[in-house]
Amino acid sequence: MAEVSLHNLTKRFGLVTAVDGINLDIADREFFVLLGPTGAGKTTTLRLIAGLERADGGTLAIGGQDMSAMGPAARDVAFVFQQYSLYPHLTVFDNLAFPLRSPARRLPEDEIRTRVGQVAELLRISHKLQNKATQLSGGEMQRVAVGRALVRQPAIYLMDEPLSSLDAKLRSELRLELKRIQQELGATILYVTHDQTEAMTMANRIGVISKGKLIQIGSPREIYENPLSVYVAQRLGQPQINLLPAGVLLNGSCPSNVATVGFRTEHLEINRVESGNGLVEWIEHLGDQNHLHLRIGDHKITTLASPTTDLRPGDQVKVELQDPLYFDAGGKRVLRVPE
Amino acid sequence: MAKIHIENLRKAFGDFIAVKNSTFTIPDRSFFVMLGPSGCGKTTTLRMIAGLELPSDGKILLDGDDVAFKRASERDIAFVFQLFALYPHMNVRRNIAFPLVCQGVPKSEINERVEETAKLLRIDHLLDRAVSALAGGDRQRVALGRAIVRRPKAFLMDEPLGALDTEFRALMTEELRQLHNRISATTVYVTHDQLEAMSLADFIAVMNHGVIEQLGTPQEIYDHPATLFVADFIGSPAMNLIPFTGSVRRGSKTVQLNGACIQVPEVTDTSTDSEFVLGARPEHITFSDNSGFRGEIFGTEYLGTTQIVTVKTAHGQVKARLPANVPLKTGENVGLSFLGSRLSIFQKANGRAVRTSSHPGDAHG
Repeated sequence: MAEVSLHNLTKRFGLVTAVDGINLDIADREFFVLLGPTGAGKTTTLRLIAGLERADGGTLAIGGQDMSAMGPAARDVAFVFQQYSLYPHLTVFDNLAFPLRSPARRLPEDEIRTRVGQVAELLRISHKLQNKATQLSGGEMQRVAVGRALVRQPAIYLMDEPLSSLDAKLRSELRLELKRIQQELGATILYVTHDQTEAMTMANRIGVISKGKLIQIGSPREIYENPLSVYVAQRLGQPQINLLPAGVLLNGSCPSNVATVGFRTEHLEINRVESGNGLVEWIEHLGDQNHLHLRIGDHKITTLASPTTDLRPGDQVKVELQDPLYFDAGGKRVLRVPE
Repeated sequence: MAKIHIENLRKAFGDFIAVKNSTFTIPDRSFFVMLGPSGCGKTTTLRMIAGLELPSDGKILLDGDDVAFKRASERDIAFVFQLFALYPHMNVRRNIAFPLVCQGVPKSEINERVEETAKLLRIDHLLDRAVSALAGGDRQRVALGRAIVRRPKAFLMDEPLGALDTEFRALMTEELRQLHNRISATTVYVTHDQLEAMSLADFIAVMNHGVIEQLGTPQEIYDHPATLFVADFIGSPAMNLIPFTGSVRRGSKTVQLNGACIQVPEVTDTSTDSEFVLGARPEHITFSDNSGFRGEIFGTEYLGTTQIVTVKTAHGQVKARLPANVPLKTGENVGLSFLGSRLSIFQKANGRAVRTSSHPGDAHG
């Protein structure tokens, strides 16, 4: 395993700058997640590190060594793609052994057996080693695809939304497993996703990427509790953070350059009253949680309802804010609020 | 618009029974979601309603008229597929108008209906654009427009949001529901995503192995799952299913779990079984020092407002959803307490829920 450093990394496709001067140091044994929507430049960044794309500017070092001019094979990275691509005519064992039999790094067969056995154990697919790849369920196939990367011990694992084609239940199981495996192996992983739950639950650090630029880096808790812009604040949290113009819910304590006030469930105190500033519109039952939809004047806000709530549509409530997040007109966080 | 009634519908592919004697009603103007894992028979059922697949047996009554063996084109139903296929060489107006042109509707009426549909979908400003120049969301709206413009008796949708980003998907889910509120067209929607089902549906039919395990409103299904399968399929993380041995009799208000006495809703049924499963949603579990049901913290997953805590107990892993600001350490020994009024009890052998004062309904077959 090794650390990876990107310095001013840039990639253009015609007029579009897909990756725009990215600076990033991923530590040895770190699980780093790049979070952003489709088209943000996540996959291009991975492909640049893997050597599948050539950068237009900047440098890239793996384990302290400049790799910018090296071919993919020399970079010692393992790539897990979104769509698991297994060899359908091979058994699970042979699929897993495949990278170890490649001419570039051929290992003796008994060592291959040991490594495949270990990885299969780790991924809990030992009992399926003799099955054909096509006889597996979706979750098992994806585990084999991840396993094919794990049998190698590369400098870094690059994973491009490896769980996105799975259903919700499998996704949540594999999230836990992938994190466990990463910790057991002490692996360095750069993981790309648009799913905030994956980012929050697996990452040591998250990098929020938008339009080719890295706009904030931090631990899940830092990014969630301390977003530096409205954009970042909206990326994490379900329901999404509420944003209201300054003055709607505040009683004068807000500095003059604040244009928007952002708040989540934990910033809200809601109590039923005879006549309050808010009205319960409806309670949405989402399966994993209940959302409380409130109206405040002309504005709507959404918050998590407590599982034991006795609020009903039509109830009047008093809504108060506690330490909300302030943003200026440009969407930047206003950090210190004068007393 | 129409009511759809399905009676003893069956479909076999060779030896494999994809749909087993299904009987249910999709009420007029409702948003009806068929939910289940891949291979459960939901898409096959939908395709039979559409006329893309012929049933092996049974009836499909569309407003009282049996259409089971009629051609798809004679059913007056619009099908929206997962991948929206638009005609790239036509502009938005011609794409939406296309089904009406094929039906030979007079030109003036076509114009009127296209405009009306575009307004409904809020894409009237895009009518003269090329579809290739549209953003993903607008392309999707155009595809929906092509279905709506026909004013069919019902819409059938097969995972129409399956291929989208999470964020965009949430947005389209909300739009679809609002659209339904505006036009109140009977809609049958197939998905394997339970969150999508919960936020869209008036009614959900949960399917497994070709059988509807439960049919009800999203809240009924969430609060009172009729079977272990439904309990496990709905919810993220899923309901904790904690096996125990004991007796469950009419009038019981507690069960014994590893020596701890757990309050449950009053049982209104007597079961002769001795193997049961206690069902508890993660959000109905809290930590309490004086609880006799204890375990060790195995891991936590931070989610911002809340965290999911996995606890290893003598009865297996239990997941609890707690506020994120509760400080916890891996390895810590904690007592678990349950919100008694919200618990479910299942018979292990047949997987069915035991009737209780808060869980009166019987399983739907």
